[in-house]
Amino acid sequence: MNIFDIIGPVMVGPSSSHTAGAVRLGNAARAILGQDIAEAIIGLHGSFSQTGRGHGTDLALVAGLMGWATDDLRIPQSFEYAQAAGLQFSFRHINAGDAAHPNFVKFWLTGLNGAEGQVAGASIGGGRVVISEVDGFPLEFTGDFPTILTLHEDRPGAVAEVTGILSKRGVNIAQMRVFRRNKGGLASMVLETDQPVDAADISAVAGLGMIKTVRCINTI
Amino acid sequence: MSFAKLSLAEWIKAAQEQDTDFTDFCLRFQAAQLAMPADDVIARMEEMLKVMKLSIEEGLKGIRSKGGLVGGDACKLRQYLQRADKTLMGKFTGKAIVYSLAVGEANAAMGRIVAAPTAGSSGVLPGILFALKEEYGFPERELAKGLIVAGAIGMVIASRASLAGAAGGCQAECGSAGAMAAGAMVSLLGGDSEQAGNAVAITIKNMLGLVCDPVAGLVEVPCVKRNAGAVSQAIIAAEMALAGIRSAIPVDEVIDAMDSVGQSMHCSLKETAQGGLAVTPTGLALTEKIFGTDE
Repeated sequence: MNIFDIIGPVMVGPSSSHTAGAVRLGNAARAILGQDIAEAIIGLHGSFSQTGRGHGTDLALVAGLMGWATDDLRIPQSFEYAQAAGLQFSFRHINAGDAAHPNFVKFWLTGLNGAEGQVAGASIGGGRVVISEVDGFPLEFTGDFPTILTLHEDRPGAVAEVTGILSKRGVNIAQMRVFRRNKGGLASMVLETDQPVDAADISAVAGLGMIKTVRCINTI
Repeated sequence: MSFAKLSLAEWIKAAQEQDTDFTDFCLRFQAAQLAMPADDVIARMEEMLKVMKLSIEEGLKGIRSKGGLVGGDACKLRQYLQRADKTLMGKFTGKAIVYSLAVGEANAAMGRIVAAPTAGSSGVLPGILFALKEEYGFPERELAKGLIVAGAIGMVIASRASLAGAAGGCQAECGSAGAMAAGAMVSLLGGDSEQAGNAVAITIKNMLGLVCDPVAGLVEVPCVKRNAGAVSQAIIAAEMALAGIRSAIPVDEVIDAMDSVGQSMHCSLKETAQGGLAVTPTGLALTEKIFGTDE
Protein backbone atom coordinates (compact mmCIF):
# COMPACT_ATOMS: atom_id res chain seq x y z
CA MET A 1 0.00 0.00 0.00
CA ASN A 2 1.22 3.52 -0.79
CA ILE A 3 -0.22 7.06 -0.90
CA PHE A 4 -1.42 6.63 -4.49
CA ASP A 5 -3.62 3.74 -3.35
CA ILE A 6 -5.27 6.29 -1.04
CA ILE A 7 -5.23 9.39 -3.30
CA GLY A 8 -6.42 7.73 -6.51
CA PRO A 9 -7.22 6.12 -8.77
CA VAL A 10 -8.42 8.74 -11.23
CA MET A 11 -11.69 7.20 -12.32
CA VAL A 12 -15.13 7.72 -13.72
CA GLY A 13 -17.68 7.65 -10.87
CA PRO A 14 -19.72 6.79 -8.97
CA SER A 15 -18.14 3.90 -7.04
CA SER A 16 -14.57 2.65 -6.76
CA SER A 17 -15.76 -0.90 -6.15
CA HIS A 18 -18.77 -0.95 -8.50
CA THR A 19 -17.31 1.13 -11.34
CA ALA A 20 -13.48 1.30 -11.30
CA GLY A 21 -13.16 -2.27 -10.00
CA ALA A 22 -15.63 -3.46 -12.64
CA VAL A 23 -13.56 -1.86 -15.42
CA ARG A 24 -10.46 -3.62 -14.10
CA LEU A 25 -12.24 -6.98 -13.95
CA GLY A 26 -13.15 -6.53 -17.62
CA ASN A 27 -9.54 -5.57 -18.38
CA ALA A 28 -8.32 -8.72 -16.62
CA ALA A 29 -10.75 -10.98 -18.48
CA ARG A 30 -9.68 -9.51 -21.81
CA ALA A 31 -5.98 -9.88 -20.94
CA ILE A 32 -6.49 -13.51 -19.87
CA LEU A 33 -8.31 -14.39 -23.10
CA GLY A 34 -5.43 -12.69 -24.90
CA GLN A 35 -7.39 -11.34 -27.86
CA ASP A 36 -10.22 -8.98 -28.79
CA ILE A 37 -13.59 -10.24 -27.66
CA ALA A 38 -16.39 -11.08 -30.08
CA GLU A 39 -18.95 -12.30 -27.60
CA ALA A 40 -19.33 -12.03 -23.83
CA ILE A 41 -21.88 -13.47 -21.44
CA ILE A 42 -21.52 -11.62 -18.17
CA GLY A 43 -22.83 -13.23 -14.98
CA LEU A 44 -23.48 -10.83 -12.11
CA HIS A 45 -23.65 -12.01 -8.51
CA GLY A 46 -24.68 -10.37 -5.24
CA SER A 47 -24.35 -6.61 -5.03
CA PHE A 48 -23.15 -6.45 -8.65
CA SER A 49 -26.42 -8.06 -9.62
CA GLN A 50 -28.65 -6.02 -7.29
CA THR A 51 -27.31 -2.47 -7.54
CA GLY A 52 -25.00 -2.78 -10.52
CA ARG A 53 -27.26 -0.98 -12.95
CA GLY A 54 -27.43 2.19 -10.85
CA HIS A 55 -23.66 2.25 -10.41
CA GLY A 56 -22.92 1.74 -14.08
CA THR A 57 -21.30 -1.61 -13.24
CA ASP A 58 -22.71 -3.07 -16.45
CA LEU A 59 -21.30 -0.18 -18.53
CA ALA A 60 -17.96 -0.46 -16.70
CA LEU A 61 -17.62 -4.22 -17.28
CA VAL A 62 -18.21 -3.83 -21.02
CA ALA A 63 -15.76 -0.89 -21.12
CA GLY A 64 -13.20 -3.10 -19.40
CA LEU A 65 -13.73 -5.89 -21.95
CA MET A 66 -12.81 -3.36 -24.65
CA GLY A 67 -9.58 -2.60 -22.78
CA TRP A 68 -10.53 0.90 -21.65
CA ALA A 69 -9.02 2.55 -18.56
CA THR A 70 -10.96 3.32 -15.36
CA ASP A 71 -10.98 7.05 -16.16
CA ASP A 72 -12.21 6.77 -19.76
CA LEU A 73 -14.95 9.36 -20.20
CA ARG A 74 -16.67 7.16 -22.82
CA ILE A 75 -17.62 4.62 -20.10
CA PRO A 76 -21.25 5.91 -19.79
CA GLN A 77 -21.63 5.19 -23.56
CA SER A 78 -19.71 1.89 -23.58
CA PHE A 79 -22.72 -0.13 -24.83
CA GLU A 80 -22.98 2.00 -27.97
CA TYR A 81 -19.25 1.71 -28.61
CA ALA A 82 -19.35 -2.07 -28.10
CA GLN A 83 -22.21 -2.44 -30.55
CA ALA A 84 -20.36 -0.33 -33.12
CA ALA A 85 -17.25 -2.48 -32.61
CA GLY A 86 -19.23 -5.72 -33.09
CA LEU A 87 -18.81 -6.90 -29.51
CA GLN A 88 -21.94 -8.85 -28.55
CA PHE A 89 -22.71 -8.94 -24.85
CA SER A 90 -25.49 -10.07 -22.55
CA PHE A 91 -26.02 -10.13 -18.81
CA ARG A 92 -27.22 -12.92 -16.50
CA HIS A 93 -27.99 -12.86 -12.83
CA ILE A 94 -26.05 -15.70 -11.22
CA ASN A 95 -25.79 -17.13 -7.72
CA ALA A 96 -22.17 -18.00 -7.00
CA GLY A 97 -22.99 -19.14 -3.46
CA ASP A 98 -22.85 -17.51 -0.04
CA ALA A 99 -19.06 -17.77 0.13
CA ALA A 100 -18.61 -15.64 -3.01
CA HIS A 101 -17.70 -11.96 -2.60
CA PRO A 102 -20.76 -9.67 -2.98
CA ASN A 103 -19.11 -7.93 -5.94
CA PHE A 104 -18.48 -11.04 -8.01
CA VAL A 105 -18.66 -11.47 -11.79
CA LYS A 106 -18.12 -14.38 -14.15
CA PHE A 107 -17.39 -13.93 -17.85
CA TRP A 108 -17.95 -16.50 -20.58
CA LEU A 109 -15.94 -15.18 -23.52
CA THR A 110 -15.39 -15.92 -27.18
CA GLY A 111 -12.50 -14.17 -28.87
CA LEU A 112 -12.39 -12.71 -32.38
CA ASN A 113 -10.00 -15.53 -33.32
CA GLY A 114 -12.33 -18.16 -31.87
CA ALA A 115 -10.65 -18.74 -28.49
CA GLU A 116 -13.05 -19.49 -25.67
CA GLY A 117 -12.50 -18.79 -22.01
CA GLN A 118 -14.10 -18.32 -18.63
CA VAL A 119 -12.85 -15.82 -16.08
CA ALA A 120 -14.30 -15.01 -12.66
CA GLY A 121 -13.29 -12.54 -10.01
CA ALA A 122 -14.38 -9.92 -7.52
CA SER A 123 -14.01 -6.22 -6.89
CA ILE A 124 -12.76 -6.01 -3.32
CA GLY A 125 -12.81 -2.24 -2.67
CA GLY A 126 -10.99 0.91 -3.72
CA GLY A 127 -10.81 -0.33 -7.32
CA ARG A 128 -8.74 -3.36 -6.40
CA VAL A 129 -9.73 -6.75 -7.83
CA VAL A 130 -8.98 -10.43 -7.32
CA ILE A 131 -9.28 -13.00 -10.12
CA SER A 132 -10.43 -16.28 -8.58
CA GLU A 133 -11.09 -18.61 -11.51
CA VAL A 134 -9.77 -19.09 -15.04
CA ASP A 135 -11.36 -21.71 -17.33
CA GLY A 136 -12.92 -23.45 -14.35
CA PHE A 137 -9.61 -23.60 -12.51
CA PRO A 138 -9.60 -22.01 -9.02
CA LEU A 139 -6.64 -19.70 -8.44
CA GLU A 140 -5.94 -16.21 -7.11
CA PHE A 141 -4.16 -13.11 -8.35
CA THR A 142 -4.69 -9.34 -8.34
CA GLY A 143 -3.22 -7.99 -11.57
CA ASP A 144 -1.08 -5.56 -9.57
CA PHE A 145 2.01 -7.34 -10.93
CA PRO A 146 2.81 -8.83 -14.35
CA THR A 147 1.42 -12.35 -13.95
CA ILE A 148 2.27 -15.67 -15.59
CA LEU A 149 -0.44 -18.35 -15.51
CA THR A 150 0.39 -21.92 -16.38
CA LEU A 151 -1.67 -25.03 -16.79
CA HIS A 152 0.67 -27.96 -16.30
CA GLU A 153 0.95 -31.61 -15.27
CA ASP A 154 1.20 -31.92 -11.51
CA ARG A 155 4.54 -33.74 -11.13
CA PRO A 156 7.83 -33.27 -9.25
CA GLY A 157 10.12 -30.60 -10.65
CA ALA A 158 7.47 -28.62 -12.52
CA VAL A 159 7.82 -25.57 -10.28
CA ALA A 160 11.63 -25.78 -10.28
CA GLU A 161 11.80 -25.93 -14.08
CA VAL A 162 9.61 -22.87 -14.58
CA THR A 163 11.28 -20.79 -11.88
CA GLY A 164 14.70 -21.94 -13.19
CA ILE A 165 13.93 -20.54 -16.64
CA LEU A 166 12.70 -17.24 -15.22
CA SER A 167 15.75 -16.93 -12.98
CA LYS A 168 18.08 -17.47 -15.96
CA ARG A 169 16.19 -14.78 -17.87
CA GLY A 170 16.50 -12.28 -15.01
CA VAL A 171 12.83 -12.24 -14.04
CA ASN A 172 12.33 -11.94 -10.27
CA ILE A 173 9.26 -13.60 -8.76
CA ALA A 174 7.48 -11.38 -6.26
CA GLN A 175 4.86 -13.96 -5.26
CA MET A 176 3.89 -17.38 -6.48
CA ARG A 177 1.25 -19.98 -5.68
CA VAL A 178 0.38 -23.38 -7.07
CA PHE A 179 -3.21 -24.57 -7.37
CA ARG A 180 -4.47 -28.00 -8.33
CA ARG A 181 -7.74 -29.85 -8.43
CA ASN A 182 -6.34 -33.31 -7.56
CA LYS A 183 -2.93 -34.85 -7.05
CA GLY A 184 -1.15 -35.90 -10.24
CA GLY A 185 -3.72 -34.22 -12.50
CA LEU A 186 -3.59 -30.72 -13.91
CA ALA A 187 -2.23 -27.88 -11.83
CA SER A 188 -1.82 -24.15 -12.29
CA MET A 189 1.05 -21.92 -11.24
CA VAL A 190 0.46 -18.22 -10.69
CA LEU A 191 3.72 -16.29 -10.79
CA GLU A 192 3.67 -12.56 -10.07
CA THR A 193 6.88 -10.92 -11.20
CA ASP A 194 8.70 -7.66 -10.58
CA GLN A 195 9.74 -7.22 -14.20
CA PRO A 196 7.46 -7.22 -17.23
CA VAL A 197 7.49 -10.60 -18.95
CA ASP A 198 8.10 -10.65 -22.72
CA ALA A 199 7.08 -13.07 -25.47
CA ALA A 200 10.52 -14.79 -25.40
CA ASP A 201 10.14 -15.52 -21.66
CA ILE A 202 6.71 -16.99 -22.29
CA SER A 203 7.79 -19.19 -25.19
CA ALA A 204 10.74 -20.48 -23.14
CA VAL A 205 8.30 -21.57 -20.43
CA ALA A 206 5.87 -22.95 -23.02
CA GLY A 207 8.65 -25.15 -24.38
CA LEU A 208 8.83 -27.22 -21.18
CA GLY A 209 7.41 -30.74 -21.48
CA MET A 210 4.83 -30.65 -18.70
CA ILE A 211 3.38 -27.27 -19.66
CA LYS A 212 -0.03 -27.43 -21.32
CA THR A 213 -0.68 -23.73 -21.65
CA VAL A 214 0.99 -20.57 -20.43
CA ARG A 215 -0.27 -17.02 -20.57
CA CYS A 216 0.98 -13.68 -19.49
CA ILE A 217 -1.18 -10.91 -18.09
CA ASN A 218 0.53 -7.57 -17.82
CA THR A 219 -0.54 -5.29 -14.99
CA ILE A 220 -4.19 -4.32 -15.22
CA MET B 1 -7.10 -7.16 2.48
CA SER B 2 -4.92 -6.68 5.55
CA PHE B 3 -1.77 -4.65 6.02
CA ALA B 4 0.78 -4.32 8.79
CA LYS B 5 -0.55 -1.75 11.26
CA LEU B 6 0.90 1.72 10.84
CA SER B 7 0.96 4.30 13.62
CA LEU B 8 0.30 8.02 13.18
CA ALA B 9 1.74 8.62 16.66
CA GLU B 10 5.02 7.05 15.52
CA TRP B 11 5.17 9.27 12.44
CA ILE B 12 4.38 12.34 14.53
CA LYS B 13 7.16 11.41 16.95
CA ALA B 14 9.59 10.76 14.08
CA ALA B 15 8.82 14.19 12.60
CA GLN B 16 9.46 15.82 16.00
CA GLU B 17 12.73 13.92 16.46
CA GLN B 18 13.89 14.95 13.02
CA ASP B 19 12.89 18.53 13.88
CA THR B 20 10.88 18.85 10.70
CA ASP B 21 7.29 19.83 9.98
CA PHE B 22 4.77 17.10 9.27
CA THR B 23 4.37 18.01 5.59
CA ASP B 24 8.07 17.67 4.97
CA PHE B 25 8.28 14.46 6.99
CA CYS B 26 5.41 12.85 5.02
CA LEU B 27 6.89 13.97 1.71
CA ARG B 28 10.35 12.55 2.42
CA PHE B 29 9.05 9.37 4.06
CA GLN B 30 6.57 8.60 1.27
CA ALA B 31 9.09 9.40 -1.48
CA ALA B 32 11.51 6.92 0.12
CA GLN B 33 8.75 4.29 0.35
CA LEU B 34 7.89 4.76 -3.31
CA ALA B 35 11.56 4.90 -4.32
CA MET B 36 10.71 8.11 -6.23
CA PRO B 37 12.32 11.57 -6.08
CA ALA B 38 10.22 13.89 -3.87
CA ASP B 39 9.61 16.22 -6.83
CA ASP B 40 8.11 13.36 -8.84
CA VAL B 41 5.72 12.51 -6.01
CA ILE B 42 4.64 16.15 -5.88
CA ALA B 43 4.26 16.24 -9.68
CA ARG B 44 2.01 13.17 -9.59
CA MET B 45 -0.13 14.77 -6.91
CA GLU B 46 -0.33 17.95 -9.03
CA GLU B 47 -1.84 15.77 -11.78
CA MET B 48 -4.45 14.56 -9.26
CA LEU B 49 -5.22 18.21 -8.44
CA LYS B 50 -5.87 18.94 -12.13
CA VAL B 51 -8.46 16.16 -12.23
CA MET B 52 -9.98 17.45 -8.97
CA LYS B 53 -10.27 20.96 -10.41
CA LEU B 54 -12.00 19.65 -13.54
CA SER B 55 -14.38 17.60 -11.42
CA ILE B 56 -15.38 20.75 -9.51
CA GLU B 57 -16.07 22.52 -12.82
CA GLU B 58 -18.05 19.52 -14.07
CA GLY B 59 -20.25 19.51 -10.97
CA LEU B 60 -20.83 23.26 -11.20
CA LYS B 61 -22.46 22.73 -14.60
CA GLY B 62 -25.46 21.47 -12.63
CA ILE B 63 -25.47 17.94 -14.10
CA ARG B 64 -27.96 15.30 -12.90
CA SER B 65 -26.87 11.93 -11.53
CA LYS B 66 -27.44 8.59 -13.22
CA GLY B 67 -30.11 7.55 -10.72
CA GLY B 68 -31.63 11.03 -10.91
CA LEU B 69 -31.62 11.66 -7.15
CA VAL B 70 -28.93 14.36 -7.00
CA GLY B 71 -27.54 17.25 -9.00
CA GLY B 72 -27.69 21.01 -9.12
CA ASP B 73 -27.22 21.64 -5.40
CA ALA B 74 -23.64 22.92 -5.69
CA CYS B 75 -24.91 25.60 -8.10
CA LYS B 76 -27.85 26.39 -5.86
CA LEU B 77 -25.62 26.94 -2.81
CA ARG B 78 -23.09 28.99 -4.75
CA GLN B 79 -25.79 31.32 -6.05
CA TYR B 80 -27.31 31.67 -2.60
CA LEU B 81 -23.96 32.48 -0.97
CA GLN B 82 -23.29 35.12 -3.61
CA ARG B 83 -26.55 36.98 -3.09
CA ALA B 84 -27.34 36.46 0.62
CA ASP B 85 -26.42 39.40 2.85
CA LYS B 86 -26.01 37.30 5.99
CA THR B 87 -24.30 33.96 5.36
CA LEU B 88 -23.62 31.59 8.22
CA MET B 89 -20.50 29.84 6.98
CA GLY B 90 -18.04 32.50 5.99
CA LYS B 91 -16.29 32.62 2.64
CA PHE B 92 -13.75 29.83 3.13
CA THR B 93 -16.17 27.22 4.47
CA GLY B 94 -18.87 28.23 1.98
CA LYS B 95 -16.53 27.71 -0.93
CA ALA B 96 -15.25 24.37 0.43
CA ILE B 97 -18.84 23.12 0.81
CA VAL B 98 -19.88 24.28 -2.69
CA TYR B 99 -16.89 22.51 -4.25
CA SER B 100 -17.36 19.32 -2.25
CA LEU B 101 -21.00 19.12 -3.38
CA ALA B 102 -19.88 19.76 -6.96
CA VAL B 103 -17.43 16.85 -6.95
CA GLY B 104 -19.97 14.58 -5.28
CA GLU B 105 -22.48 15.47 -7.99
CA ALA B 106 -19.94 14.96 -10.77
CA ASN B 107 -19.11 11.54 -9.31
CA ALA B 108 -22.78 10.52 -9.16
CA ALA B 109 -23.15 11.55 -12.81
CA MET B 110 -20.29 9.26 -13.89
CA GLY B 111 -17.88 12.15 -14.28
CA ARG B 112 -14.12 11.76 -13.84
CA ILE B 113 -12.93 12.14 -10.24
CA VAL B 114 -10.03 11.20 -7.99
CA ALA B 115 -10.99 8.58 -5.40
CA ALA B 116 -9.71 10.22 -2.20
CA PRO B 117 -9.88 7.88 -0.44
CA THR B 118 -13.00 6.52 -2.20
CA ALA B 119 -15.27 7.72 -4.99
CA GLY B 120 -18.15 8.19 -2.53
CA SER B 121 -16.05 10.56 -0.40
CA SER B 122 -14.21 12.17 -3.31
CA GLY B 123 -15.58 15.69 -2.70
CA VAL B 124 -14.00 16.40 0.67
CA LEU B 125 -10.33 16.99 -0.21
CA PRO B 126 -10.92 18.94 -3.45
CA GLY B 127 -13.44 21.17 -1.64
CA ILE B 128 -11.03 22.09 1.11
CA LEU B 129 -7.88 22.35 -1.02
CA PHE B 130 -9.37 24.61 -3.69
CA ALA B 131 -10.98 26.81 -1.06
CA LEU B 132 -7.49 27.20 0.50
CA LYS B 133 -6.11 28.11 -2.90
CA GLU B 134 -8.76 30.65 -3.79
CA GLU B 135 -9.32 32.24 -0.38
CA TYR B 136 -5.77 32.16 0.99
CA GLY B 137 -3.60 31.92 -2.12
CA PHE B 138 -1.97 28.54 -1.52
CA PRO B 139 -0.03 27.54 -4.66
CA GLU B 140 -0.82 24.16 -6.22
CA ARG B 141 2.57 22.78 -5.19
CA GLU B 142 1.59 23.32 -1.55
CA LEU B 143 -1.82 21.75 -2.16
CA ALA B 144 -0.04 18.73 -3.65
CA LYS B 145 1.97 18.43 -0.45
CA GLY B 146 -1.31 18.60 1.44
CA LEU B 147 -2.50 15.60 -0.60
CA ILE B 148 0.64 13.71 0.41
CA VAL B 149 -0.10 14.38 4.09
CA ALA B 150 -3.71 13.32 3.50
CA GLY B 151 -2.57 10.16 1.75
CA ALA B 152 -0.22 9.28 4.61
CA ILE B 153 -3.04 9.70 7.14
CA GLY B 154 -5.30 7.55 4.93
CA MET B 155 -2.66 4.80 4.91
CA VAL B 156 -2.67 4.67 8.70
CA ILE B 157 -6.48 4.50 8.78
CA ALA B 158 -6.54 1.78 6.08
CA SER B 159 -4.01 -0.27 8.04
CA ARG B 160 -5.76 -0.02 11.44
CA ALA B 161 -9.41 0.25 10.35
CA SER B 162 -10.90 0.58 6.85
CA LEU B 163 -11.70 3.12 4.17
CA ALA B 164 -14.64 1.18 2.72
CA GLY B 165 -18.28 1.84 3.59
CA ALA B 166 -19.01 -1.85 3.07
CA ALA B 167 -16.52 -2.71 5.80
CA GLY B 168 -16.81 0.18 8.25
CA GLY B 169 -19.82 2.35 7.39
CA CYS B 170 -19.68 5.99 6.25
CA GLN B 171 -17.38 6.89 9.16
CA ALA B 172 -14.75 4.90 7.22
CA GLU B 173 -15.36 6.83 3.98
CA CYS B 174 -16.46 10.40 4.71
CA GLY B 175 -15.02 10.19 8.23
CA SER B 176 -11.63 9.19 6.90
CA ALA B 177 -11.75 11.77 4.10
CA GLY B 178 -12.53 14.46 6.69
CA ALA B 179 -9.71 13.28 8.95
CA MET B 180 -7.25 13.26 6.05
CA ALA B 181 -8.34 16.77 5.04
CA ALA B 182 -8.13 18.05 8.63
CA GLY B 183 -4.55 16.82 9.03
CA ALA B 184 -3.61 18.30 5.67
CA MET B 185 -5.18 21.67 6.52
CA VAL B 186 -3.39 21.94 9.86
CA SER B 187 -0.07 21.12 8.19
CA LEU B 188 -0.61 23.63 5.36
CA LEU B 189 -1.60 26.35 7.81
CA GLY B 190 1.64 25.88 9.75
CA GLY B 191 0.44 23.73 12.62
CA ASP B 192 2.90 21.24 14.08
CA SER B 193 2.76 17.48 13.66
CA GLU B 194 1.03 16.94 16.99
CA GLN B 195 -1.69 19.42 16.05
CA ALA B 196 -2.18 17.54 12.77
CA GLY B 197 -2.67 14.35 14.79
CA ASN B 198 -5.18 16.07 17.05
CA ALA B 199 -7.14 17.33 14.05
CA VAL B 200 -7.33 13.78 12.68
CA ALA B 201 -8.44 12.43 16.06
CA ILE B 202 -11.08 15.13 16.62
CA THR B 203 -12.57 14.69 13.14
CA ILE B 204 -12.94 10.94 13.52
CA LYS B 205 -14.34 11.31 17.04
CA ASN B 206 -17.04 13.65 15.75
CA MET B 207 -17.97 11.29 12.92
CA LEU B 208 -17.69 8.02 14.84
CA GLY B 209 -20.58 5.67 14.21
CA LEU B 210 -21.78 7.25 10.98
CA VAL B 211 -23.59 4.56 9.02
CA CYS B 212 -23.50 3.86 5.26
CA ASP B 213 -27.16 3.68 4.18
CA PRO B 214 -27.38 4.70 0.52
CA VAL B 215 -30.86 4.95 -0.96
CA ALA B 216 -31.24 2.31 -3.70
CA GLY B 217 -27.59 1.40 -3.06
CA LEU B 218 -26.53 4.39 -5.16
CA VAL B 219 -23.72 6.83 -4.36
CA GLU B 220 -26.23 9.70 -4.35
CA VAL B 221 -28.45 10.05 -1.25
CA PRO B 222 -27.10 10.79 1.36
CA CYS B 223 -23.51 10.50 0.05
CA VAL B 224 -23.20 13.87 -1.68
CA LYS B 225 -24.40 15.88 1.32
CA ARG B 226 -22.28 13.78 3.68
CA ASN B 227 -19.22 15.02 1.79
CA ALA B 228 -20.30 18.52 2.79
CA GLY B 229 -20.77 17.33 6.37
CA ALA B 230 -17.27 15.88 6.44
CA VAL B 231 -15.84 19.17 5.13
CA SER B 232 -17.46 21.06 7.98
CA GLN B 233 -16.21 18.56 10.59
CA ALA B 234 -12.69 18.73 9.15
CA ILE B 235 -12.66 22.54 9.31
CA ILE B 236 -13.96 22.58 12.90
CA ALA B 237 -11.39 19.99 14.01
CA ALA B 238 -8.50 21.69 12.20
CA GLU B 239 -9.30 25.08 13.69
CA MET B 240 -9.61 23.61 17.19
CA ALA B 241 -6.31 21.76 16.81
CA LEU B 242 -4.55 24.90 15.51
CA ALA B 243 -5.81 26.72 18.62
CA GLY B 244 -3.99 24.13 20.72
CA ILE B 245 -7.02 22.04 21.68
CA ARG B 246 -6.00 18.43 22.14
CA SER B 247 -7.86 15.17 21.73
CA ALA B 248 -8.12 13.43 25.08
CA ILE B 249 -7.93 10.07 23.31
CA PRO B 250 -4.69 9.59 21.28
CA VAL B 251 -5.14 9.46 17.53
CA ASP B 252 -4.20 5.80 16.96
CA GLU B 253 -6.65 4.75 19.66
CA VAL B 254 -9.38 6.83 18.03
CA ILE B 255 -8.72 5.05 14.72
CA ASP B 256 -8.85 1.68 16.49
CA ALA B 257 -12.16 2.71 18.05
CA MET B 258 -13.48 3.49 14.57
CA ASP B 259 -12.45 -0.01 13.54
CA SER B 260 -14.25 -1.69 16.41
CA VAL B 261 -17.35 0.48 15.91
CA GLY B 262 -17.30 -0.50 12.23
CA GLN B 263 -17.04 -4.16 13.09
CA SER B 264 -19.93 -4.06 15.52
CA MET B 265 -22.09 -2.09 13.09
CA HIS B 266 -24.94 -4.23 11.74
CA CYS B 267 -24.47 -5.24 8.09
CA SER B 268 -27.75 -3.50 7.14
CA LEU B 269 -25.86 -0.24 7.81
CA LYS B 270 -22.77 -1.03 5.74
CA GLU B 271 -23.53 -0.16 2.10
CA THR B 272 -26.16 -2.88 1.69
CA ALA B 273 -29.07 -0.40 1.39
CA GLN B 274 -30.99 -2.49 3.93
CA GLY B 275 -31.10 -0.01 6.80
CA GLY B 276 -31.17 3.63 7.81
CA LEU B 277 -32.28 6.15 5.19
CA ALA B 278 -32.42 3.45 2.50
CA VAL B 279 -35.44 1.78 4.12
CA THR B 280 -37.41 4.87 5.08
CA PRO B 281 -40.79 5.03 3.27
CA THR B 282 -39.37 7.64 0.90
CA GLY B 283 -36.08 5.75 0.48
CA LEU B 284 -38.00 2.63 -0.51
CA ALA B 285 -40.31 4.58 -2.83
CA LEU B 286 -37.31 6.12 -4.61
CA THR B 287 -35.73 2.66 -4.91
CA GLU B 288 -38.88 1.32 -6.53
CA LYS B 289 -39.05 4.29 -8.87
CA ILE B 290 -35.46 3.69 -10.06
CA PHE B 291 -35.32 -0.09 -10.23
CA GLY B 292 -38.93 -1.22 -10.43
CA THR B 293 -40.55 -3.71 -8.09
CA ASP B 294 -38.22 -6.66 -8.73
CA GLU B 295 -35.40 -5.27 -6.60
